[in-house]
Amino acid sequence: MTQLALVIDLNVCVGCHACVTSCKEWNTSGAAGFMSDDNPYDRDPTGTFFNRVQTFEVGEFPNTQTVHFPKSCLHCEDPPCVPVCPTGASYKRPEDGIVLVDYDKCIGCKYCSWACPYGVREIDEHQKVMKKCTLCVDRIYDAKLPESERKPACVLACPTNARLYGDIHDEESVVSKAIRENSGYALMPEWGTQPANHYLPRRRTEMRIHEDELERADNPLKIDGRLPRPGIKDPSLDDVTSW
Amino acid sequence: MNPAFSVILLTVLIGAGQGLFLALFVIEAVVAAGIAAAPSPGFYPTGSVLALLLLAGGLLASFFHLGHPERAWRSAAMWRTSWLSREVIVLPAFMALVAAYGWAHWQGISGTLLLGGAGVLLCLALFLCTGMIYACIKFLQEWASPLTLVNFTILGCASGVALAAALAGQRGETFTACVVAWAIVLTVAGLLTRVISLQRNARLRPRSSLQTAIGIKHPKITQKSQGFMGGSFNTREFFHGRSRGALRAVKWGFLAGAFVIPALLLTAALAVPSPAPALLWLIFVVQLSGLIAERWFFFAQANHPQNLYYQAIS
Repeated sequence: MTQLALVIDLNVCVGCHACVTSCKEWNTSGAAGFMSDDNPYDRDPTGTFFNRVQTFEVGEFPNTQTVHFPKSCLHCEDPPCVPVCPTGASYKRPEDGIVLVDYDKCIGCKYCSWACPYGVREIDEHQKVMKKCTLCVDRIYDAKLPESERKPACVLACPTNARLYGDIHDEESVVSKAIRENSGYALMPEWGTQPANHYLPRRRTEMRIHEDELERADNPLKIDGRLPRPGIKDPSLDDVTSW
Repeated sequence: MNPAFSVILLTVLIGAGQGLFLALFVIEAVVAAGIAAAPSPGFYPTGSVLALLLLAGGLLASFFHLGHPERAWRSAAMWRTSWLSREVIVLPAFMALVAAYGWAHWQGISGTLLLGGAGVLLCLALFLCTGMIYACIKFLQEWASPLTLVNFTILGCASGVALAAALAGQRGETFTACVVAWAIVLTVAGLLTRVISLQRNARLRPRSSLQTAIGIKHPKITQKSQGFMGGSFNTREFFHGRSRGALRAVKWGFLAGAFVIPALLLTAALAVPSPAPALLWLIFVVQLSGLIAERWFFFAQANHPQNLYYQAIS
């Protein structure tokens, strides 16, 4: 069985909001109708978004890290929002695991948003129906697009490749490998929702430079100065030869 | 959560309507058993109409909660999984039975006790559905408890029996004092279970934290931006926006208005030989207002874990 999902690498995300804007651009232009905004250029702007990027500061000054945290529907494998829907407008597609809302059936009772612990469902204040990330379902199966573009808009927009997209039930997919090899984790595991989207943790990235690496082995123009030679007793770098 | 008055009115009004119907049925059963004298003709039909009005008022209020009320009929579809859908089916069915019950009494058709018994089953099913809508959301820890069901049921019964007492007092029924006594018992029981649930909720420890919400184990995490400067559905729907002091005031207000004052007034009404009907009506109105405050507090107190993601604008 297929379960399409996003894997978001918090180590790479720079918080540029390109995924937010490209998501809104794609999804407000689709057949499902616009995602309404109020006062976009005025006081108290508000609007419907499928995707938000939030920023958290971890640690205490001066030892802090800034974590940019993109948040959209996690397409849970056991979505609590689906069984509570009284009309069946909220559903999880069996073929690819995407959780969707049928805007023609939704009565706008907001019960599904109460039943989502992640707060990723937002009511459209003008169309009066519940909206959420569709994983760009109108894009990923579009045979008119070149194969490489059949991905969610946010994934294509990400300038740092922080967003990976694929089938987490396929062990060889890029997302499964990322989860497996980079300790991908799910949000709020305590509620048993089994989110399909995973996050990759921040990793310590540091350059290790050995002293000898500062000296160019091939010094074609003989311009670089030599580093001071180690003492005769000192071991050489490769522990093989000593001079 | 941000309490919606449509849902507050729905739950309070249908609770009172259900309680009133249960009171009518119990009175009829007691009369049938020969313990009490039969009420004056027209008591059951009038009571049924009152219950029906309350139920219809609640149903009407619920439509104001919907973005697309014209599609409300669709909400009967998912009764296999959704308590809300089940409530949508049970409420009209119960209303139909209450109407049939009142009509049968009015026409003098026999078998009203059987009809009423079926009504009682649907009435209890409706309490179950209404309560489970809230109790089934496990991460709203203030709601996810059997106490939610107990409180919805007992508080609905208390206000309904207070209304039955007012109706009986108005019509000068012989069993008025007995109904008043039952209203006191239910009001005190409601106070007890509501205080237990308040204590439970005060002791709750949220299972979700900012650490589990974003999956970073560090003990000190502060939000620096929620992703937008203005508000959104997430900042409006899930927080009541009032101060802790206001919340506390509503709590003491509903404890007084829904329980203590009605219980004292009911006791006073029981003390005099024939209480003025106006006093009994007043008690019902006070208790119903108190229960509206109680329901407001019930919603406002529920702390949705999604609020963890919306703690700082920027």
